[in-house]
Amino acid sequence: MARQRGTDFSSVAIRLFGYFFIGLFALFCLLPFLLVLGTSFTAEKSITLHGYNLWPKEFSTFAYKIVFENPGLIIGSYGVTLGITMIGTTIGLFIVAMTGYSLQRPDFPYRNRISFFIYFTTLFQGGVVPFYLIMTQWLHLKDNYLAVLLPGLMSPFLIIMMKSFVTSIPHAITESAKMDGAGDFKIFTKLILPMTTPALATIGLFIALGYWNEWYNAMLFLSPDLKYRPLQLFLYNVVTSADFIKNSSVSSNVQPRDMPLESMKMATAVVATGPVILFYPMVQKYFIKGITVGAVKG
Amino acid sequence: MCVPAILFFAVMSYLPMPGLYLAFINYNYSAGIFGSEFVGFDNFKFLVTSGALWKLTFNTIAYNLAFIIFGNILQIGIAILLNELRKKWFKKISQSLMFLPFFISFVLVGLIAYNILSYDFGLLNGILKSIGWEPLKTYSNPTIWPFIIVITFLWQSTGYGSIVYFAAIMGLDSEIVEASEIDGANALQRIRYIVLPWLKPTFIILLLFSLGGILRGNFGLFYNLVGANNTALFDATDIIETFVFRSLMNNFNFSLGSAVSLYQSVFGFFIVITANWLVKKVSPENTLF
Repeated sequence: MARQRGTDFSSVAIRLFGYFFIGLFALFCLLPFLLVLGTSFTAEKSITLHGYNLWPKEFSTFAYKIVFENPGLIIGSYGVTLGITMIGTTIGLFIVAMTGYSLQRPDFPYRNRISFFIYFTTLFQGGVVPFYLIMTQWLHLKDNYLAVLLPGLMSPFLIIMMKSFVTSIPHAITESAKMDGAGDFKIFTKLILPMTTPALATIGLFIALGYWNEWYNAMLFLSPDLKYRPLQLFLYNVVTSADFIKNSSVSSNVQPRDMPLESMKMATAVVATGPVILFYPMVQKYFIKGITVGAVKG
Repeated sequence: MCVPAILFFAVMSYLPMPGLYLAFINYNYSAGIFGSEFVGFDNFKFLVTSGALWKLTFNTIAYNLAFIIFGNILQIGIAILLNELRKKWFKKISQSLMFLPFFISFVLVGLIAYNILSYDFGLLNGILKSIGWEPLKTYSNPTIWPFIIVITFLWQSTGYGSIVYFAAIMGLDSEIVEASEIDGANALQRIRYIVLPWLKPTFIILLLFSLGGILRGNFGLFYNLVGANNTALFDATDIIETFVFRSLMNNFNFSLGSAVSLYQSVFGFFIVITANWLVKKVSPENTLF
């Protein structure tokens, strides 16, 4: 970063404009979150009368009470999402790391062909219809959590990112390990993995975030008969279906007309998004690293 | 060591490709793929004569162009302004806030939009009513949707996108900047003659990449903002991905959906090849293949 001594009029003017504009845009990014949070703590009556507001006109935790009244469903959803995220991230990370590393080795003869094989999938796709048929009629994954876990394991983008990260490891190191008689796999687990910890953290976080926010494959392959569905799909159902609310009202002994419909949607959203927002400050720097490395192929 | 990844892409990406044969038949579930009647290009004929294909292509490309143009202008502007700021804490906090929307699911994005736009309770109508204006019937009025979708897109992706440009500015040699100051360049001249030219290669590469994907729509964004069945808005908001999805989940017209996907992949492929050829011309070290 250039240290300007800029004290002339134009520099000061630009700086002032920068504070103003960036401050405004940052607020614009934050406000919707506050809106959801505020609405979730607003009494339903007040929403019906005055609409949504940033600041609860009439504070109430009733929506949360209803959401947690019957905690089985939401805990189950949490369990499903956590399980898929942990298992998927572990497997995916290992495969992405292996692939990225081997595609980076100059002594690997099929390197370019395999790279193209992977990259080509971003150019030409079968679209969702054949994909759906393969997943349901060929692999028989309808209503199986694997239908959510498998597609999220890896992406060409992450493999390219890993490749760029591995570039920084000098080839001489692996060469000398080879001389000492270490096998490829051993070199990878004992040498490469420990040397690329920040890269692994970055890629693992990208995969994990993908799983946490995954709703598309869940919506395609998991039918409503399934009791526990991933968190975002659970949220989607709360947001879009009146049936869900009716069911909750039956189980919580609240008259349907007294159900805090609107604030409940927001409370569910807060519960489903909370962990991401809480973790976010700690992991932000890894994402920034990944975007910087992966954006323009190094 | 590449075997698991090869297997993965073979099953997830390559196996469905022959499935595009669906586009040339009149798919009938009970007869199966090979038992269904072969109809050649009839599905495409229907898509062209009904005007659907033109509409979908136009919407997909127009939205993507708006995303690319406004997205890049905003990202570059924010990266440059961030670089001008002095107060570290302000930079840190504002960057974090701008990056935040990237971390949430599209389901929540859709809910937030509803929170603001809903006719009965939306924040927007609350404000309009309080200043004595008529409330807007957003969800039945197609004309304002392009603005809503573009603004939502910018809200979600600007922080993410500006990171790349900001990182590029960080790589700018401070000596050049100092020399320009000694020569009496003011801030605007510094930005115009040093920073912007420095960002040009990054911009061109990113631009060509996004042009390569100009026929690919952002399904999650459109589906969650507009909803699955809001036909009143489809003229202004239907893109290739949402149309194909409905042909699979609502209308069960697998053949029509596949025909659109095939058209998208074939054309998209030519666009990418062209974009890549352009990248080769501009900066040979950044080509993909």
